[in-house]
Amino acid sequence: MRLLKLVPDATNVEFSRWRHLAMGISVLLIIASIALVAVRGLNLGVDFVGGQMVRVTFVQPVEVDELRGTVSSLGLGDPSIQQFGSPRDVSIRMPLPEGGDGAADAAANKLKQAIKAQHPDASFGSVDTVSGKVSKELFRTGAISMSLAMLAISIYIWFRFEWQFGIGALFALVHDVALTFGFFALTQLEFDLNSVAAILTIIGYSLNDTIVVYDRIRENLRKYRKMEIIPLLDLSVNETLSRTIMTSLSMIVALAALLLWGPEVIFGFTAAMLLGIFVGTYSSIYMAAPILIWLKVGPHSFIAKESAVARGAERMGPVDGAQP
Amino acid sequence: MLDFPRWKVWLTMLSLLAGLVFAIPTFLPERLFNQLPSALQVRVNLGLDLSGGSHILLEASTADVAKGKLENMEEQVRTELRRSDPKIAIGDISRRDGKLSFMVRNATQVDAAVERIRPLTQGAGMTGQRDFTVEVVNSSTIVITPTQAGIDNAVDQAMDVAKEVIDRRINEMGTREPTIIRQGANRIVVQVPGLQDPAALKNLLGQTAKLEFKLVDYAADPAELAQGRAPVGSEILPYPDNPSGSPVIAVKRQTMVSGEDLIDAQQGFDQQNNQPVVNIRFNGSGGRKFGRVTTENVNRPFAIILDGKVLSAPNINEPILGGSAQISGNFTVESANQLAIALRSGKLPVALTVVEERTVGPDLGADSIRKGVIAAGIATVAVLAFMLVTYGRFGVYANLSLAANIILIIAIMAVFNATLTLPGIAGFVLTIGAAVDANVLINERIREEQRRGRPIIQTIETGYKEASRAIFDANITNVIAAALMFYFGSGPIKGFAVVLTIGIVTSVFTAVTLSRLMVSRWLQTRPTELVI
Repeated sequence: MRLLKLVPDATNVEFSRWRHLAMGISVLLIIASIALVAVRGLNLGVDFVGGQMVRVTFVQPVEVDELRGTVSSLGLGDPSIQQFGSPRDVSIRMPLPEGGDGAADAAANKLKQAIKAQHPDASFGSVDTVSGKVSKELFRTGAISMSLAMLAISIYIWFRFEWQFGIGALFALVHDVALTFGFFALTQLEFDLNSVAAILTIIGYSLNDTIVVYDRIRENLRKYRKMEIIPLLDLSVNETLSRTIMTSLSMIVALAALLLWGPEVIFGFTAAMLLGIFVGTYSSIYMAAPILIWLKVGPHSFIAKESAVARGAERMGPVDGAQP
Repeated sequence: MLDFPRWKVWLTMLSLLAGLVFAIPTFLPERLFNQLPSALQVRVNLGLDLSGGSHILLEASTADVAKGKLENMEEQVRTELRRSDPKIAIGDISRRDGKLSFMVRNATQVDAAVERIRPLTQGAGMTGQRDFTVEVVNSSTIVITPTQAGIDNAVDQAMDVAKEVIDRRINEMGTREPTIIRQGANRIVVQVPGLQDPAALKNLLGQTAKLEFKLVDYAADPAELAQGRAPVGSEILPYPDNPSGSPVIAVKRQTMVSGEDLIDAQQGFDQQNNQPVVNIRFNGSGGRKFGRVTTENVNRPFAIILDGKVLSAPNINEPILGGSAQISGNFTVESANQLAIALRSGKLPVALTVVEERTVGPDLGADSIRKGVIAAGIATVAVLAFMLVTYGRFGVYANLSLAANIILIIAIMAVFNATLTLPGIAGFVLTIGAAVDANVLINERIREEQRRGRPIIQTIETGYKEASRAIFDANITNVIAAALMFYFGSGPIKGFAVVLTIGIVTSVFTAVTLSRLMVSRWLQTRPTELVI
């Protein structure tokens, strides 16, 4: 049986040749993302700003503008109306009315009745009411968990590898997270608790990728002590390329299935993750690896440690007779 | 490295078998599930976003608890010092800044007063701290300050009681399988699967149900009341349904009987006008107290007060001696029934407000499950096919370990009674991706080693060994992310983190241990060719 090989054995792409260009583009993208978030802002869901959100599913696709007219005439504050996943699924967000629980229920009922009057077949999927206090807490804990995740993971890499690798990983992460935020600002997909979960997953995935590349770089640094750093990085990236492509493709296939056939409610979540796979893979090759050049990583980065610690700890690669 | 000791083989097989046994009940219909032995009655719970239902987060105000505690202490101090052994005269008690302070009129009695107040304080927590500190300032003023430990302790106890009361109220409503858990210092989460309109539930939980009967101060001057000035010994309370049109009424401070003396409350109808009312029954001492006061005050009105508001102020036409009474007010059948439930289940020690509420309709939940399962199915099949065409025999091993992985995740979730949420399904898909990655790392490494032209066994051995390091590091970082998500995240994120963490552990086990076991079996057949 002939097996599928996505990357031919003798692949040798000179990734490093475009590193300046790639780095330039990355930096531009990061700046653009930050600018987008600053100018357009994130479309924060009720989880983070408080308020009420009602999800409605219609039998026929519905005009958002027409719906906006209906909702605005109710005088329930400034509503934000958005489709999610499909043109039949709409989420309506309103600020929380003054006057506690009773007022919030009354507002939701008023909205439901008004929609029922025009679209008798509409069904109401969910109603979320989050007070300002809770939303502030959710926002804070979300921000804390994201920053801590990035920091903790970088520290772990610093321990397992060297400080340069920790910094490289952190930069790659900042890149991925910034771009994901930019994506949310650009598409104005709702940013809610699920989005935080998506970002945390992207952090995890991107790191996974970075570690595989770093692991190979470390191995090759020990194996080929005389080799220049730039060809060594290229060699490491090329050696892991078939794995990178296989895994990314599997993930893309899995996520595409979720995006196309999965529940509408997690559309934003899946879309962000899909983007994260691309960004994460790219950043491992073009952010995490070249940073090592600038931070002057070389065989010496490990030699000192090896003579200090017990020689030949299980970290050592296999003694290899064959030359590449 | 590729020879497995016998015990390891058995252990691996045993864990797979256990996985299968514990995973199956989740997919059984209710009737079959209930026939299983109790040890096997484990299954994955569906989160409210999948099953539909209401999630309500209630919060108690700690300040209210602290205030109540202070008032209670004030009352105790007054009673204690008023007792005549010997009686100690004091000035007005001030409650400013959350402390009690008062002057002792006779300076020689200050020490005696402190001696008698000290025993009123109680231990708070494990540290041996008291719940109040008692000090003397300016030689004649006593200051009683609550300690933080004392307040925390009081909040903790109040929340425990509140949880019990909520439990009773929800059960009285006849709701099935509610989950009621305390969260943090002063919050309670109530989750009711299948509940579509939580308004009634919120009304029920929103009332403290503190019931009091007090005599109306009928001598009070309406003009003074309008100005907010109450006669000595009386207080002004809101009375929204006052037939006289005034929004307030003056009642005596002293309580005739309170809700604590109730033994039953039922919704009923007034015999004269057929309005919904709540019929209550007092216990022995409550009944006697009520009888005595009504005997003494025939032809005078008394006020029925709920949570600080007057519901109605009927006239006492004759002494009420039977120990039962009727609460009238502007009720509907539903609101009367709710009040009856609230009174039966006791008053909440502290008022609760809803700070977060999420209700998911059953259609959306069912739709999400269906689509989630379809998508996960398609994703799995696509990935399996992809692995098969890429790695051949080794793809089969990878796929078998992937299948084992899925079974183990479900089994572990079932055993821990974990909840599957919508993001959890996404986490599931992601875990499959991670498991694939482990297999890919190993197989790609084997391919690489093969190119170096070494013997088959050595090739595979090196492949596993070299790949394991990256797999290990990559998974640790994912565990770090998942642990942080679990610790800081709420609701949906937690559900995602749970699946992710379990999936990481099982995927390392299946991708590294299980697939290696299968490969080592194959190597024992002494293959002459390695196709990968």
